[in-house]
Amino acid sequence: MWTKKLTNLNRWLVLLAAVLMVTVYFMPMWYISLEAPQYPEGLSMYIWINKVSGGTQYDLQNINLLNHYVGMKEIVSSSIPELLFMPYVLLYMIFGAVVTFFLPRLYMIGLGIVNLTLVAIAGLADFWRWEYNYGHELNPEAAIIVPGMSYQPPLLGCQQMLNINACSLPSAGAIILFVAVTILVYIIWAERKIYLENKGD
Amino acid sequence: MNKLVKIIFLVSLVAIIASCGKKQGQAVLASNAAQKVYVAPGEKDEVYAFMSGGFNGQIGVYGIPSARLFKIIPVFSLFQENSYGSDEETKDMLLTSKGYVTWDDSHHPELSLTNGNHDGRWLFINGNNTPRIARIDLTTFETKEIIEIPNTAGNHASPFLTENTEYAMSATRFSIPIPQRDIAIEEMGKGKFNGSVSMIKIDPKDGKMSVELQMLAPAFSYDLSRCGKGPSHDWCFFSTYNTEQAFQMIEVGASKNDKDYVMAFNWVKAKACKDAGKAKDFSGVYYHNYMPENAPAVAERMSGVKLLDPKDCPGVAYFLPTPKSPHGADVDPSGEYVAAGGKLASVIAVHSYSKLVKAIEDKANFTGEVMGIPIMKYESTLAGEVKKPCLGPLHTEFDNNGFAYTSCFVSSEVVKWDVKTREVVQHMPAYYSIGHLSVVGGDNKKPYGKYLVALNKITKDRYLPVGMELAQSAQLYDISGSNAELLSDFPTVGEPHYAQMIPASMLKDKTKRIYPLEENKHPYGIKSEKEAKVVKNGNQVHVYMTSIRSHFKPDKVEVKKGDTVYFHVTNLEQDYDVPHGFAVNGSTQPNLLIMPGQTKTQKWEAKEVGVYPFYCTDFCSALHQEMQQYIRVSP
Repeated sequence: MWTKKLTNLNRWLVLLAAVLMVTVYFMPMWYISLEAPQYPEGLSMYIWINKVSGGTQYDLQNINLLNHYVGMKEIVSSSIPELLFMPYVLLYMIFGAVVTFFLPRLYMIGLGIVNLTLVAIAGLADFWRWEYNYGHELNPEAAIIVPGMSYQPPLLGCQQMLNINACSLPSAGAIILFVAVTILVYIIWAERKIYLENKGD
Repeated sequence: MNKLVKIIFLVSLVAIIASCGKKQGQAVLASNAAQKVYVAPGEKDEVYAFMSGGFNGQIGVYGIPSARLFKIIPVFSLFQENSYGSDEETKDMLLTSKGYVTWDDSHHPELSLTNGNHDGRWLFINGNNTPRIARIDLTTFETKEIIEIPNTAGNHASPFLTENTEYAMSATRFSIPIPQRDIAIEEMGKGKFNGSVSMIKIDPKDGKMSVELQMLAPAFSYDLSRCGKGPSHDWCFFSTYNTEQAFQMIEVGASKNDKDYVMAFNWVKAKACKDAGKAKDFSGVYYHNYMPENAPAVAERMSGVKLLDPKDCPGVAYFLPTPKSPHGADVDPSGEYVAAGGKLASVIAVHSYSKLVKAIEDKANFTGEVMGIPIMKYESTLAGEVKKPCLGPLHTEFDNNGFAYTSCFVSSEVVKWDVKTREVVQHMPAYYSIGHLSVVGGDNKKPYGKYLVALNKITKDRYLPVGMELAQSAQLYDISGSNAELLSDFPTVGEPHYAQMIPASMLKDKTKRIYPLEENKHPYGIKSEKEAKVVKNGNQVHVYMTSIRSHFKPDKVEVKKGDTVYFHVTNLEQDYDVPHGFAVNGSTQPNLLIMPGQTKTQKWEAKEVGVYPFYCTDFCSALHQEMQQYIRVSP
């Protein structure tokens, strides 16, 4: 079954997945919002495939300003190595999809799903590790030290930390990647159905 | 049965008498009125009110209907709270040809107009004593420009705007020798004194003001003005008093004539005469000061104006006789009627613009002239009179339903009258002795209406007593219904002469929250802590300092005794509502209050050897109290 040639429709669906993945360069993957009594409009930041940005032009500076009181490190895109190589990982995925368009075999789809899933798991694990370090590696010289307190934002969902309620949610980029994987899963399902029908004949 | 009727009659009579016994002005507390002024916590007011501060030289910004004070905008007077007029950046805003004048008497706030309606760009206000006009930017609520007006004494009939804010008009309350020279005061009425009308041009793009033209005028007192709209676009109307030209015991001398005048001034014609070369070069030194965006004030000394003699420009002005010392000359929304409340008159004269246009065609309507300005026959321009409206009618504004509201000082009330029929429909008491009044958009082509504020001169027993000097009182009326209703009574700061009100929706979404740091153009401003430094130049020391929650940089400031130290403090914050303050021990200057992204400078003399603390004066953060450092002064 895995060597089966893809139908023409599914070939184009693979290309659609590639195009969808290209759009991920232009939208954030993850969204973290902070709310506090002093910030009724909230502060927020976006994590992109290659950078971290503030919800407004000034949010990142203001988040860093608040964080320095408890000794958290400054968030600067260039100091996060993952953001340097992640764009190439995504490029590799897109390349794989384009190759599949010209080499339309089912095993390529299987490979794509495995790769994307591994990258997603690795990415989320790395993000969690980054959040952990960021929330735990505190400057011992910080002005405010609350014994036993760490400031790790949640991976998914909301959490109250001192006066700040932090929420972390997937943003458009992550959702699009999920859609791309879903397309690949659908292709396997559709191709398998055809394969089984042909086999039955 | 008969007995029952008698009892009912008696009971109701007692009830009526009892209700009459209630003290006037203690509105039978309509819970309805309380609801109308209640703005729940977190909710916003519907309207901004800009109230002049009179003798405090500032402007108060209030919310209506709650009547809460939000801000005092410093304009002509020092404001130690944020160092306006004292710090190195703003002190030149108060520079005039007479030196630094750090006080004025501010009377008439005027919101900029487009097509005769408020557009929410700028607010202008006059300084009466040292003749000046200021422009306030309505995105920052800060004074951005002040222009001095030469050849003027008492800049009272000012700054009244034309329909599209082409010009601000400015006429003199006091007549003086122009140019100034030594003349016996008795010569005042003999043509030796003059008033003047100035046309201050306003750049439509950035609001910058310049003196376009001045016109000499007879030595009357010019009181208030309104410019026309729609058909009367080309004209402005000025009220006058002391046309008797009395120069002593003016309270009696200026009140002799049965009629003074409304001066109709054709500003389009005046400009045409200037363009035709009919205005002469004339002396006059004045200052033009402005704040470039986030940079220190620039003060320009100017010299010379174009002066027009009305004799050289026939048709530029006409005098419309108007009963006794008129205060307002207020144009209705259609631009056809000019209501002039004579302070000492028993009627409100209403002139008709279309009758004026017709009347000036026929010389038979001219009864005389002063300085080449024809005096019209009273009836020739009159639409009619509001008969026996009240005592001491002053100033009129209009609503969106065809009604006019005139303030009456002597009888202490507002009268509501129908503009078309000139019938009085309601008397609304004011507590006490109202001067101006203000309707939301009350001078616009399309008034917003709904609220009216009475700005009173006498307070007496309205609030808890606080010694001799009292706040002025104001009353808020709901004028949306067929009968105006008193809603609330509130104290105001300074002495609001006049106020203008604008719906909040026109301003609130375009107010600025920070000065973007990357746009900071201050010559001593810096963009990051890395640039913080101390630069010595002889005995002048410039400290390029930053402030951010919760510390200053550089860490150490060391100077020598006798040095003059300039602390140029840049607030690096880019967060809404996080100003930092700055004060040095032993300073003779008020503290700085520095907005996010702004640079402000305090000059400090190192007079004595020692170590002196400086600190942040605006509670900025959890570690605000720790935001303190030292400057060392060595021998």
